[in-house]
Amino acid sequence: MSPLLDVENLRVTFPTRQGEFEAVRGVSFTLGKERLGIVGESGSGKSLTGRAILRLIRKPGRVEADKMELNGRDLLSMNKKQMQGVRGQEISMVMQDPKFSLNPVMTIANQIMEIYRFHTGASKKSAYAKGIEMLEAVSIRDPERVMKSYPHEMSGGMGQRIMIAMMLVTEPKILIADEPTSALDVSVQTQVMSIIDRLVRDRGMGLIFISHDLNLVSSFCDRVLIMYAGRVVEVLDAGKLHDAKHPYTRGLLGSLPRIDDPKTRLEVLQRDAKWREAPSVSGRI
Amino acid sequence: MSNIHIENLNVWFGEHEERVDAVKGATFDVPSGASFGLVGESGSGKSTILRAMVGLVPTWSGNMSVGELELGKKRPKAFYKDVQMVFQDPYASLHPRHSVDQMLGETLSLHGFKDIDNRIMQLLDDVGLGPAFRFRYPHQLSGGQRQRVAIARALAPKPTVILLDEPTSALDVSVQAEVLNLLADLREEHKLTYLMVSHNLAVVAHMCDATAVMKNGEIVEVMTVEDMRAMKPKHPYTKHLLDSSFGYRPDAEQSA
Ligand SMILES: Nc1ncnc2c1ncn2[C@@H]1O[C@H](COP(=O)(O)OP(=O)(O)O)[C@@H](O)[C@H]1O
Ligand SMILES: Nc1ncnc2c1ncn2[C@@H]1O[C@H](COP(=O)(O)OP(=O)(O)O)[C@@H](O)[C@H]1O
Ligand SMILES: [Mg+2]
Ligand SMILES: [Mg+2]
Repeated sequence: MSPLLDVENLRVTFPTRQGEFEAVRGVSFTLGKERLGIVGESGSGKSLTGRAILRLIRKPGRVEADKMELNGRDLLSMNKKQMQGVRGQEISMVMQDPKFSLNPVMTIANQIMEIYRFHTGASKKSAYAKGIEMLEAVSIRDPERVMKSYPHEMSGGMGQRIMIAMMLVTEPKILIADEPTSALDVSVQTQVMSIIDRLVRDRGMGLIFISHDLNLVSSFCDRVLIMYAGRVVEVLDAGKLHDAKHPYTRGLLGSLPRIDDPKTRLEVLQRDAKWREAPSVSGRI
Repeated sequence: MSNIHIENLNVWFGEHEERVDAVKGATFDVPSGASFGLVGESGSGKSTILRAMVGLVPTWSGNMSVGELELGKKRPKAFYKDVQMVFQDPYASLHPRHSVDQMLGETLSLHGFKDIDNRIMQLLDDVGLGPAFRFRYPHQLSGGQRQRVAIARALAPKPTVILLDEPTSALDVSVQAEVLNLLADLREEHKLTYLMVSHNLAVVAHMCDATAVMKNGEIVEVMTVEDMRAMKPKHPYTKHLLDSSFGYRPDAEQSA
C-alpha cells in the first residue's frame, strides 16, 4: 500500500548573519495509517519538520526536499491556493497552546463553522450541526454552551479539545499534533490523549505525534523517529524504545528519573560531535 | 540546619465574594536536612505555600515555623538569609541586564559578606560553572546554565533551607538530570533542607524522602517515597497521578 505521506531528504534552512543555518537536515520518512512519533530535545527540529510538511515556514526560511508527497501528489510544487486546500482539509495541525491558535475575538461556533464551510461549502445550519457533533466527539458535555463562548472562557484542557475538534471537523487524513498536551496537567493530558487515540483509530487517520516526552510517545505511537540536531539518529518500533541502540536515545532514557527504578544519580548525557555529522536515518518503509 | 513545620495553614486572596481559598488546612513537617515534595496539578496551591512562607502573601492563618523561628506578620532579617527560593523560569528570575558577577555580588553584599571576589568564584565552582561564566549575561546562557546561576544566587547567603518551585520544569530531560544531580550534591554538602514543588512525580520520587499531594488547595495525602515506589497511594487522586506518570494507557482514562 502506498503511504499517505512520503518525505525524502527534507531540509529547512534559515539565512543568518553567520551564514546558512540548516535546522532540519535531510529527514526522510513515510506515514501510513499509523501513529508516528517524533521525539527529541528542544531545538532538535521537530516542530519545523511538522510545519515544513504544511509549508508553514516563513520566508526567508526555505523548505527543500527530494520528495514530499501527499497521496502521490507533490506538495512542494503546489500553489498557494492548492496548499490552502491541503491545510485543514487533508492535513491538520494541533499545536501546544490553543491560546495562540484560536481566534480570541470569535466565538467557538463561528470558528468551527468557518473552517467547515470554507472546505465544504456547507450551509450554516449543517455547519452548526457538524460543530456540535465534533465537540461531542471530543467529550465536551455541553456543546451548545461551548459553541457560544469565546476562547478565553475555556480552561487549557477544554481549549485543547476544542482545537482538536476544529482540526478534525473537515475529516483530514493526517493529523500533525505538536506537543498537544505538554501545557496540560497530567489528568487532562490523559483525557486529551485518549480522545486523539479514539479519533485516530475510528477514522483510520495517520498521526504524526511530536513530543519531548519519551514515555508518552513510546506508549502511544507505533513507530518513533528520534531527532538530534536536525537529523533522525534512530528509528524504533515504539514498544521497543527501551531497546534503543543509539547512545543519544539511551542517554535520554537514562537521564529520566523513574519511580519504578530508583537510582542515586541520574545519568548525564555525554554528547558526541559525531552524532551531528552522521547521516540522517531513514524512516521510510 | 532547620526543620520546617506547617500546621493548619490557610492562604487566601481577595475578600468577600472575590475570595479565593488557595490553601486550605495544610499540615506537614520537613525534618532538618530532609527533602520534601509538593505535587499536584496547576492551581492546586503549591506555589502559594512557598510564597506564604517567604512573606509574599500576607493573608494567611495557621502556624508556620522554620527552625526555631515562628513565622508571624514580619520576617526578621536573618530569615531572608536562612531561607532562599529558586523558581521555574530562570530567565524571568534573573535581571536581563545584570551579569552573573553583578547578580551574585549584589546578593553577597546585601547579606554583609566580605571577600566577595572569592565567594563569587566559590559559588560558580559550587554549581559547576567555571570562571568563564562570571561576566556573562542571562541571554548568553543556556536554560540549564541560567538555572545554575539562580541556584548559585540562592546559595550565596549560606541558607539552611531552599524552597524550589518547579526548578527543572522548563528544562530538557538531559539538562534536568544535571540540575537534579547538582541539587542533590549541594543538599548533602551544605546540609540543606529542601521543600520542592513539582508536577512531576518521578522527579519528586527521585529527590524527596516524602511528598504531600495537593488537590484544590488541600493536601489529600502525605506519602513516603517507599509508598510511592511500592505504588501504594491512599487517595484515588494520587493513584491517578502515579498511573499517568508511566505514559499513556488507554484504560487509565476512566480513573480521571
Ligand atoms: N525562524 C527561524 N529562524 C532561525 N532559526 C529558527 C527559526 N525557527 C526555528 N529555528 C531554529 O531551528 C531549530 C529547530 O527548531 P524547532 O523545530 O522549533 O525545534 P523543536 O525540536 O524544539 O520543535 C532551533 O534551533 C530553532 O532555534
Ligand atoms: N495573587 C493572586 N491573586 C489571586 N489568586 C491567586 C493569586 N496567586 C494564586 N492565586 C490562585 O490561587 C490558587 C493556587 O495557585 P498556585 O499556588 O499558584 O497553584 P500551583 O502552584 O499549585 O499551580 C489558584 O487558583 C490561583 O489562581
Ligand atoms: Mg517544538
Ligand atoms: Mg506553581
